[in-house]
Amino acid sequence: MTQGSARSVLITGARPYGEAAADVLIVDGVISAIGESATQDAAGAQVIDGAGLILLPGFVDLHTHLREPGREDAETVATGSAAAALGGFTAVFAMPNTDPTADTAGVVEQVLRLGQQVGLVDVQPIGAVTVGRRGERLAELAAMATSEANVRVFSDDGDCVSDPLLMRRSLEYVKAFDGVIAQHAQEPRLTVGAQMHEGIISARLGMTGWPAVAEEAIIARDCLLADHVDSRLHVCHLSTAGSVAVVAAAKARGTRVTAEVTPHHLLLTDDLAVEYDPVFKVNPPLRTESDVAALRAALADGTIDIVATDHAPHAAQDKECEWDQASPGMLGLQTALSVVVTTMVDTGLLDWRGVARVLSEAPARIGSLAGHGRPIAVGEPANLVLIDPAARWTVRGARFASLSANTPFEGMELPATVVATLLRGRPTVLGGRLARIGS
Amino acid sequence: MSAAPVLSAARLMPRHLLSAGDLSLDAATHLLDTADRIDQAIAGREIRKLPTLRGRTVVNLFYEDSTRTRISFELAAKRLSADVINFSAKGSSVSKGESLKDTAWTLQAMGADIVVCRHSSSGAPHRLSNWVDGHVINAGDGTHEHPTQALLDAFTLRRHLKDLRGRRVVIVGDVLHSRVARSNVLLLHTLGAAVTLVAPPTLLPLGVTSWPVQVDYDLDRALVGADAVMMLRAQRERMSGAFFPTEREYSRRYGLDARRRGLIAEHGLVMHPGPMNRGMEIASDVADGAGSVIVEQVANGVIVRMAVLYSLLAGDGDSS
Repeated sequence: MTQGSARSVLITGARPYGEAAADVLIVDGVISAIGESATQDAAGAQVIDGAGLILLPGFVDLHTHLREPGREDAETVATGSAAAALGGFTAVFAMPNTDPTADTAGVVEQVLRLGQQVGLVDVQPIGAVTVGRRGERLAELAAMATSEANVRVFSDDGDCVSDPLLMRRSLEYVKAFDGVIAQHAQEPRLTVGAQMHEGIISARLGMTGWPAVAEEAIIARDCLLADHVDSRLHVCHLSTAGSVAVVAAAKARGTRVTAEVTPHHLLLTDDLAVEYDPVFKVNPPLRTESDVAALRAALADGTIDIVATDHAPHAAQDKECEWDQASPGMLGLQTALSVVVTTMVDTGLLDWRGVARVLSEAPARIGSLAGHGRPIAVGEPANLVLIDPAARWTVRGARFASLSANTPFEGMELPATVVATLLRGRPTVLGGRLARIGS
Repeated sequence: MSAAPVLSAARLMPRHLLSAGDLSLDAATHLLDTADRIDQAIAGREIRKLPTLRGRTVVNLFYEDSTRTRISFELAAKRLSADVINFSAKGSSVSKGESLKDTAWTLQAMGADIVVCRHSSSGAPHRLSNWVDGHVINAGDGTHEHPTQALLDAFTLRRHLKDLRGRRVVIVGDVLHSRVARSNVLLLHTLGAAVTLVAPPTLLPLGVTSWPVQVDYDLDRALVGADAVMMLRAQRERMSGAFFPTEREYSRRYGLDARRRGLIAEHGLVMHPGPMNRGMEIASDVADGAGSVIVEQVANGVIVRMAVLYSLLAGDGDSS
């Protein structure tokens, strides 16, 4: 790597989308040349050796918990942004279940500004659907949409907008500014006290079950509501084979529905609860082998549109306790790529174009986020990630950039590492480490 | 007692007793045999106390009110001459202000050889066993298990029925929320008995299909010729969760009255882990009538818990 003009970067020898190698020149944050012409015009550029690496559009996470404001002991916008950049992300959507709730223009603008100050990824706030996420009355959705934060995705994530009338109204209301409701599908009455997937393991462990139907019933209802008012619906962290069938049927009849799956639901199953270690407690819960198989197939065939992390940092004391008193959630930003590679690429279900689709292009499109998830082409913003597909690494939560260490993949050896991440042409990660900002 | 069972205990016993499923047939048989020997050793003695665990510390860590189980463990430990500490914390560890992990470290620092843990959270003794060096005994965790209850039930059954292989035991009631049922299913299966569960479908876990049991919704049919019937406590608050409509309907369909008592085998036993709701899941005359071993279960609880405490610690001495 040579240091040249700070405004131009040359990536040499990398394979865009895992296809033929081509040099890529970036000038002023925009891809200015690809191929032989890139090398010719690269005088004075900072050179990143991409030999053997794969170049993809920077990842976009539609579902991240950054915990700030409110739980800065678990994560901050700064530490979460660092984890995101190290995971290959150039943009994250921040869920509004903060304290205070991101349910006003003021709070979403605060989160936006915190993200801008850190500058490692674009932090795009999600607004709450209802005031305080209490499911009682609509938050000022248009105020958030027209604020500096330009909010387009609204969610009460962590809680379901279970009231059917409120759900109908919110689906309708956001049409005025092409918003989308991202629903945490969980019928609350069917999940009172629920601790884990309801099935053979919960019966044995004596834990209150979280039945698959509690998710599927809400998704089915919401798809019908979206049909009725011709609105856009996004399903968060879809976790069951039955949900896949519901979404597939809705898409077949033309429902404007999109769906996400988390990396952990693509890899892990409910039997991990047998030692009662709450690092495996998450909402929706880990399901069964057959659910995992259905989720992978649905991601491959497009029934599920995207992978979103549901990155959920929790302080140690909120996990080192009894299962039923632990907070649900898992870290995800720094393991997302590797889990997608091991579950989808190494299995032949997705190629690298597919990875770009589910981790970058589709989430940016669903979230109406300009400048991200764009093709690797001349004239496009240089939000990019360089991946070493041959590398293997062992997950150690304590080494993550997150303030918390609650990874369910601890000790697992996984494929693929992020070598470099570029946000509008500026490396945020180089050599697998955070790049010093301003260098 | 001789040295032989000490050596075999070290090999047979799991480090902790968290689930009845932790016990192999040999370990379960060893525990029940040990209980028999303890019973014989103290029978007829004026001072019903053995010096076996002198100098050992047993901590009763009870996060849930359970006077019966605590007293039973306390008596068992004292009859083996152990030092007993009762550590009661009402409600959850969180509401108490100290985490389970911190409490575990405190007990560890005090040198507890055995921690007997009762907790409203399923799996809490499991968690605890990661944080202490001593042995952990699950004295009932949430809606998970209560392995010493299953052992005392098996001990009682064995007293009357001798070999449990091929015996048919009917367990009736709220299996979904019952730690007694889970432990009994596992242990009775290990010991070769055939278990039938009878409950309204709402009070059976969906995953019961994977258990080594028969399920029947018809109590009369299940009781015919049974060697024992075990009634579980019916909790009135389950009505608010729409598990069953009224006490009366529950009692009619799943209560053990004199007529139903007459359906089981002539030598058949009537059991209940207590505390009973007389008139709901069991009629008073049946609870106090022929074949009822409910009071005997309580007495056997102390003996069986002595056997568990002794057998868990026997391995320690052997390895030193």
